[in-house]
Amino acid sequence: MADRTPVIVGVGLSDYPKEPELDNVAHHGLAIRRALDDSGVKLTDIDGLMCFGSYGVDDAPTMAETFGIKYRVLDGTFAGGTVFEFFAHHAAAAIRTGQADTVLISYGSALLSSQGRNLGTQMFTSAARQAGPLQYEVPWGNPLVGSYAMAAKRHMHEYGTTSEQLAQIAVDTRDNASHNPKALYQSPITVEDVLNSRMIADPLHMLDCCVISDGGGAVIMTTAERAADLPSIPIYVAGSATAQTHWNIAQMPDFTSTAAAISGPAAFAEAGITHADVDTLQLYDSFTITTLLLLEGLGFCAKGEGGPFVGRGGVLRFDGELPTNTDGGGLSSCHPGMRGIFLLIESVRQLRGLAGEVQVPDCEVAVACGSGGFLSAMGTVVLTKEAP
Amino acid sequence: MTFDPAAIAAQTVIEGRNLPRLETWSRPYWEATGRGELLLQHCAHCGAWQFYPRPLCTTCGEVPEWEVASGRGAVHTFTVIRQNRSAPFKELGPYVVAMIDLAEGPRMMTNLVGCEVDDVEIGMPVQVHFVAADDEIALPFWRPVTSDA
Ligand SMILES: [Zn+2]
Repeated sequence: MADRTPVIVGVGLSDYPKEPELDNVAHHGLAIRRALDDSGVKLTDIDGLMCFGSYGVDDAPTMAETFGIKYRVLDGTFAGGTVFEFFAHHAAAAIRTGQADTVLISYGSALLSSQGRNLGTQMFTSAARQAGPLQYEVPWGNPLVGSYAMAAKRHMHEYGTTSEQLAQIAVDTRDNASHNPKALYQSPITVEDVLNSRMIADPLHMLDCCVISDGGGAVIMTTAERAADLPSIPIYVAGSATAQTHWNIAQMPDFTSTAAAISGPAAFAEAGITHADVDTLQLYDSFTITTLLLLEGLGFCAKGEGGPFVGRGGVLRFDGELPTNTDGGGLSSCHPGMRGIFLLIESVRQLRGLAGEVQVPDCEVAVACGSGGFLSAMGTVVLTKEAP
Repeated sequence: MTFDPAAIAAQTVIEGRNLPRLETWSRPYWEATGRGELLLQHCAHCGAWQFYPRPLCTTCGEVPEWEVASGRGAVHTFTVIRQNRSAPFKELGPYVVAMIDLAEGPRMMTNLVGCEVDDVEIGMPVQVHFVAADDEIALPFWRPVTSDA
């Protein structure tokens, strides 16, 4: 019986953080070529493609045509920035069942070079008349950052979480970024620096918000049986799950609880791991509050305890108690609009022992947890060095 | 918390805001705003209230009915937006985006107006304050409850 356990055999990053000569498809191309080289897989071996983009440019069927991929499985799901954890979940299922043998998950975005740094502080929509559920929100001028600010405000109200504690997340993540020569921001910062940065939407300051960059990434997943014939270090997809509590922020049932509390336990259970087994976390950090809510949702601290947990300082550093976002995260390194693929790639880098200065010792279990939309959709993927 | 009616005009500028498209399920809601009524959906089958309006009750799947809401509520959470690059908000100065817990149960996004942005608190009682957006509809802003109301 062939071992169809899903395994990541190749990862590739495009260039970042600012690459004015590259468009979205060029980022895809760089990342895919590098992932193919990393894996030893040939383009013609790929029979599954999963990506999300704009119709006619970099949507899934256009990308299949652009790169000549003869797929048996195609997935263009949209779930915001965590969609790559969703793709990993779907790819694992396709590989287990034999619907596909080798799946490519790809991402490319020239967000910084094409649109500047306005993602979080402008309105998404420009139509004179807004259709759908957003019609109950757009009249009020709530930019992206405002949704996360309202979650942070409620968390502070219910649990006494402080701006200093949130700021510590940015400080720890910047410390990790200081070891990444490609990170957009590398100079260490202090809690005071965060608190003194411009208030964007109370209680979130500029340094509570992620960077905007260019970038791209690709992940190639296949069966354990095929991986045995490939030269790269295979990383097992031991567990994965997805969940959504709402889509638009106004429908968030509980502003301090997220779907990570659903997808996290499900993925951990499938992988047969406990929190104590986890060596590194890669969490979607669109804002400092996002990291805190994911830590709580996944159960690395009790609900409401996220502030004191991170507030001790250094907990999230690569050499801390719970090494998190060791590449510098979205807060300091790279966020081209949808960060989820980088969570998978950094997990693989750590598990392969190739993370250089920020390598977590004896790294055997990594958890990637993304957040898509407005704290809406959360995919969790458990990756392991050894077969599950 | 004192209601400051003088502050409202500047905080409720309509021009430049994206307005709703009146669709099958949003039309009754928006047309009611033009009459000064806040409509919610209520499910006679399971008793759930819901906002925004949609074809089926999200609790039980039956077809809900329209009910006029009290227009009373409390601030669930909020933020003061200090940077929005899009018109007309970039000219407003700091403004409050809030989630209101309606007395009937559902939650609604709004701009809280009629007070200083620094005076807003979670839990403060508020009431709906319609401002005409065009000939047909009004936008349901919310403001602090007045002492005589
Ligand atoms: Zn019902």
